[in-house]
Amino acid sequence: MHDAPVTAAARGLLVCHLCGLLCRRGHGNITPHCPRCSTPLHLRKPNSTARSWAYLLAAYILYIPANVLPIMETSSLFGAQADTIMSGVVYLWYSGSWDLALVVFIASIMVPLLKLIALTLLLISVQRRSTWQPLQRAKLYRIVELVGRWSMLDIYVVAILAALVQIGALATITAGPGALAFGAVVVLTMFAAMEFDPRLIWDPLTERENEP
Amino acid sequence: MSESPQEPGLEALPTASPEPVKRFSLQLIWLIPIVAAIIGGTLAVRTYLQKGPTITIAFKSGDGLEAGKTKVKYKDVEVGLVKEVAIARDTTGVIATVELKKETTPYLVEDTKFWVVRPRITGGGISGLSTLMGGSYIGVDLGRSKHPQRTFVGLETAPAVAVDVPGSSFLLHSPDLGSLDVGSPVYFRRIQVGQVVSYELDKDGMGVTFKVFITAPYDKYVRANTRFWNAGGVDLTVDANGLKLDTQSLMSILMGGIAFQTLDENGGAPPTDANTAFTLFANRDEAMKNRDTISQSFVMIFKESVRGLSPGASVDFRGLTVGEVSGIHVAHDPHTREVNMWVEMRIYPERLRSRVIGAVPTPQEYRAVLNEMVANGLRAQLKSGNLLTGQLIVSLDYFPNIPKAKVDWSTNPPRFPTTPSSLVELQATLMQLVKKLEKLPLDETLTDVRRMVQTLDATLKDAARMLQNVDKNVLPEIGMTLEEARKTLDEGRKTLSAAKQTLSADAPLQQDLRTTLRELGRTAQSLRVLTEYLERHPESLIRGKQEDTP
Repeated sequence: MHDAPVTAAARGLLVCHLCGLLCRRGHGNITPHCPRCSTPLHLRKPNSTARSWAYLLAAYILYIPANVLPIMETSSLFGAQADTIMSGVVYLWYSGSWDLALVVFIASIMVPLLKLIALTLLLISVQRRSTWQPLQRAKLYRIVELVGRWSMLDIYVVAILAALVQIGALATITAGPGALAFGAVVVLTMFAAMEFDPRLIWDPLTERENEP
Repeated sequence: MSESPQEPGLEALPTASPEPVKRFSLQLIWLIPIVAAIIGGTLAVRTYLQKGPTITIAFKSGDGLEAGKTKVKYKDVEVGLVKEVAIARDTTGVIATVELKKETTPYLVEDTKFWVVRPRITGGGISGLSTLMGGSYIGVDLGRSKHPQRTFVGLETAPAVAVDVPGSSFLLHSPDLGSLDVGSPVYFRRIQVGQVVSYELDKDGMGVTFKVFITAPYDKYVRANTRFWNAGGVDLTVDANGLKLDTQSLMSILMGGIAFQTLDENGGAPPTDANTAFTLFANRDEAMKNRDTISQSFVMIFKESVRGLSPGASVDFRGLTVGEVSGIHVAHDPHTREVNMWVEMRIYPERLRSRVIGAVPTPQEYRAVLNEMVANGLRAQLKSGNLLTGQLIVSLDYFPNIPKAKVDWSTNPPRFPTTPSSLVELQATLMQLVKKLEKLPLDETLTDVRRMVQTLDATLKDAARMLQNVDKNVLPEIGMTLEEARKTLDEGRKTLSAAKQTLSADAPLQQDLRTTLRELGRTAQSLRVLTEYLERHPESLIRGKQEDTP
């Protein structure tokens, strides 16, 4: 009993996200509000998993066009060319810059994919109220949160090139539809990670320990 | 006991203000994946719908073809991309796999043509310069056929005429290609109205068939009786009519070309359908000749040289061309053991008589007329058509005082009587003259003449020498003589003046002379007396004067 951590939820306490006021939940089927600033209060993020799933699914769907459609369209005197992320990686690999190719591959293909998989893993485990490796999952979540914003490298490159290379008929670079999809994937996974409530990882653990 | 010291503190915390739970809360968040699905689905569907047909084009070489880069353009608009370039299975060429845009699907038919656009410099112009910078691309000319096709054979060069240009194609047959090529211009009244689209050797190898395309407003001038001729280069002809130079334009000189014209422009020959076959004549004259439907061949035997006569030489009747020489042979006559020249001619009887007799005569009528003409003295004769070039023509004319002859209809072709040319007769006369001249003792005469000339020569030489002598010796002497004569004359003059003085009446000399003369008279008298005395007395010379003895 003493080993089991005491949680605010167990004691019926709530804290306001906005003003930080700690208060008791009260009883009955009600939606508690902060007595001071009247912000709606929740023990956990409401519908956290469902929202997270929604963002994640949207990200999955858009991940396909992000990789299939060209993210950058180059037109120059020597003809027009449309590059997808993968064709860029292949080009870099064959032109000898395998290090760059690796960076682009990891940053633009592997990381978003791993992020999607990690979030899926977290969501499934939380839904199944799994008690498996909670510490590792918490670490995974931290990594996902941290890495999220860095996946936009490609978008930055395309945005900068599109802004810089506008030399009329000589050469023009524009962002392709893939870039939009790719950006959407990154943003959606960030949202999904934001919506995810990491406290849910620990909830089943507490419950199990509270049970006899 | 179990209560912690903070326990009462918890009670002091404010209670959250309760508000009823909203029964209905719309899960707006699910709109996001739905929107994403819609966007993704739309993209997928559009990509699928836009995916056009994939075709294969066989080219002889992969020059300029690059997988993933080379584009397919129709009227300079991109309609596809080369996906793959592979060697053909039989290694005779390359096969390009091309993905085209969906809009082209209905046009991928039999007569759709593909070719690689490369920079080309020809006599007629420069094309495909843009490919120098942007790389080659595959040009396409969409066809009109109804039979879909997915495998094509690429052309080596761009088709000369795009399918959508209005106009008509015609076929021309020619014995050889001449200086023509695909793209050679076609002229009508020296306006370029079309060009040669293609040519190919006839299957039997006996000629070349050209396909020419004539653009729309001009193709209606091609009628059933239109004549096409090769107008390329410079046509320089030397024939019995003299020297002739014929060209169309500078470009046709370089590239060759075809011209056409319609015979009998006002005639009612209807415009012809496309793809009608015509003959391509070698030059304008040949093309514009009247095509005589009826012709009669004859053979003529000449015993004289036919140098200067060539097949195609005209047969003329009092200046009117009525036929042409079709062949010249050497024939040995076993009966007469003579080698003669057989000249075959083709006569177009219509030319002789079409304006006189309305109806075309039957062969029998025609034969009778000809027999009559020959009976009246019609003969064939070789005549010089052009003194400068020495070309001969066959001339038909009447010769009144000529031995009787007739057309030999039994042979094939019939034999037409001939008469030696006036030149030949002249030659014969000259030969006789020469023979007569030969009989003269020309050699002896010549010897005499030579001797005479030699003598004359010697004489002349002597005379020359004499003259030299005269020059050298006589002339100075004459000069001196003259000098002396002058002196003599001077002296004479002086003498004469002296004499004049002397002889004047009152001159003392005169006086003296007179006295002297008187004295002389007396002397003479005395002398006479003496003489008479001496005659009478000759002895007195010895004895002295005798006293007159009485």
